[in-house]
Amino acid sequence: MLPEAIEAMTAQLKRVGNASSLHAAGRQVRRVVEESRETIAAALGARPSEVVFTSGGTEADNLAIKGLYWARRPRKRVLISSVEHHAALDPAHWLAESQGAEVELLEVDEHGRVHPETLRAAIERDPDDVAMISVMWANNEVGTVQPVHVLAAIAHDHGIPFHTDAVQAVGQLPVSFSGSGADALTLTGHKIGGPMGAGALLLARGLTPVSVQHGGGQERDVRSGTLDAPAIAGLAAAVSTAVREQEALERRLVALRDELIRRVRDAVPDVVLNGDPVDRLPGNAHFSFPGCEGDALLMLLDAKGVECSTGSACSAGVAQPSHVLLAMGADAAAARGSLRFTLGHTSTREDVDRLIEVLPAAVERARRAGLG
Amino acid sequence: MGLRVLAAMSGGVDSAVAAARIAEAGHDVTGVHLALSANPQSHRTGARGCCTIEDSRDARRAADVIGIPFYIWDMAERFQRDVVEDFVAEYAAGRTPNPCLRCNEKIKFAAVLDRALALGFDAVATGHHAKLVDGVLSRSVDQAKDQSYVLGVLTREQLGHAMFPLGESTKAEVREEAARRGLTVADKPDSHDICFIADGDTRGFLAKRLGSAEGPIVDQSGEVVGSHQGAHGFTVGQRKGLRIDRPAPDGRPRYVLSIEPVSNTVTVGPRSALEVTTITCGAPVWNGPSRRDDLTVQLRAHGEVYPCRFEERAGGLTIELDRPATGVAAGQAAVLYSGATVIGSATIVSAS
Repeated sequence: MLPEAIEAMTAQLKRVGNASSLHAAGRQVRRVVEESRETIAAALGARPSEVVFTSGGTEADNLAIKGLYWARRPRKRVLISSVEHHAALDPAHWLAESQGAEVELLEVDEHGRVHPETLRAAIERDPDDVAMISVMWANNEVGTVQPVHVLAAIAHDHGIPFHTDAVQAVGQLPVSFSGSGADALTLTGHKIGGPMGAGALLLARGLTPVSVQHGGGQERDVRSGTLDAPAIAGLAAAVSTAVREQEALERRLVALRDELIRRVRDAVPDVVLNGDPVDRLPGNAHFSFPGCEGDALLMLLDAKGVECSTGSACSAGVAQPSHVLLAMGADAAAARGSLRFTLGHTSTREDVDRLIEVLPAAVERARRAGLG
Repeated sequence: MGLRVLAAMSGGVDSAVAAARIAEAGHDVTGVHLALSANPQSHRTGARGCCTIEDSRDARRAADVIGIPFYIWDMAERFQRDVVEDFVAEYAAGRTPNPCLRCNEKIKFAAVLDRALALGFDAVATGHHAKLVDGVLSRSVDQAKDQSYVLGVLTREQLGHAMFPLGESTKAEVREEAARRGLTVADKPDSHDICFIADGDTRGFLAKRLGSAEGPIVDQSGEVVGSHQGAHGFTVGQRKGLRIDRPAPDGRPRYVLSIEPVSNTVTVGPRSALEVTTITCGAPVWNGPSRRDDLTVQLRAHGEVYPCRFEERAGGLTIELDRPATGVAAGQAAVLYSGATVIGSATIVSAS
């Protein structure tokens, strides 16, 4: 966590009081919560009343997708990109399975981008029946940045609410809620050096999703539950710091990432870079290593002190071919042979040196072990 | 510098303690849970093997406590082909397979070992109760838990890359040690039965896979004494569940003597007819020392041990027992011991 977030959070942990109470202690806590709300709003181009605190990205995505679907019934169509995080994809699938929704996965190109024409064509098949649209700001696996403001404008041509999961984007890219045109935007603390279990849904005024959880009526009556003031204070400090330092971080990470990509290509000539070559998250480098199993490569690199990630795993922990890569047209073998290197504010040139030092032998070995 | 060891971790107490001991001995240990079922059940129901999400979590938890890296390897396809399909095919052919033994032979010390060696590991360690010293396999000090039988089919090469750190301990000692090490699996129930038949109903599993076909139950004279719904539902030596209406002329219980899959015939007879002294086997695997003193053979898992002599002939092995054995089924392994040391094994083809 960022020192600013730790400080803000620990200071608040020592205070008692419920932000919804009327007594003095409650008022003091409420002040912290409201100042946090204002800080986040200012950092992300939103109004304070548009900040709805949640327990993180998954809850914010669920609230936006389920809540807007329910609020817009009897409309049935939910348009969502095929490369969303499971936190957005799974609520949509659930709506289809048990709530009568018709979910349409928007196709992406080989870089993982949703083309504006794809969205327009999907809407125009039956615009009056579209309940909501959700397309992430930037992809968590391959790093591709979506043309969110263009997509949001198309949604608004038809008066349809547009949600974007910006969990990956905040702190890495310039993010303005009002500038994007989105009606709802998800962010979370732990991706920006804030606490885990704290996030928010930025929610345009006048838009009232049906609550997922009911109770005391906090947060515009769309997200009941006692506010976690220490976590909220930590979240606000992290958002504020991350946004303030975003431009410098982006500049540094883009240079480091491009060096990493160039040197990985030199070391392993047949490697394939996945995701948009230009419009990608500054800290993301995602590759397919032909003939290797991603998990084997991950294990070998981890043993040499290089930490990276493969895609997702099923609930038993068995690696699954990434739905993102499959949607981009990769075959199952390429999807299984992929690996993501993520650079953040602690990453250095020495980390890249270390990777390049151990990568060729690891790839060689993983190839010998084959695809299992 | 220690060895690079892959510890196969099922999520049970034995493999957790085995991994902990090897790590403590200074080896570079990586825990791997083998996902063997394509659709794992979320929770175990009773003591039924090792294919659940809960087991993979238990294994991960144990690896975290030991402080070793942990991965899950998807072996479901290989397991389905080499163990489950083999199990079904063996029953269809009238033999009685041992899937645990096949899993050691084809998965743990073949598919997993090969992959481990390719990835730079030196050995695969498991929580089997057996001793392995300088590549020589022998019985665990815990007679009741000894698993040298299901490892007796491994080749010298396979044993050369295996580690069984529990051979000098009893199960009770292993459980105590797990508790002492803070491994929460310390009092998890033992797994037994066949892990891929979750409800324990082997006959139902086989009926689903092989279908049912009515066939005769005959006595030794060939007279039909009953009928059955599929010969694969029977095992040599079985007494219960024959559902024969007419009692034997002498009133004694009857046992399955043989199974003939082509004619779908089950032959029954008195216990005395089950007794065999000559066991004919396929090609032997010699994986132990060449000593031949105090020779015994074990004919099934946790089965009795018989003093014996053997003779190798072209492509096979004939074993002569000093006293008769009953319920000897084709498809099971005959594991030969000199004292407590495994010297070799062969698959039983027939017995008389």
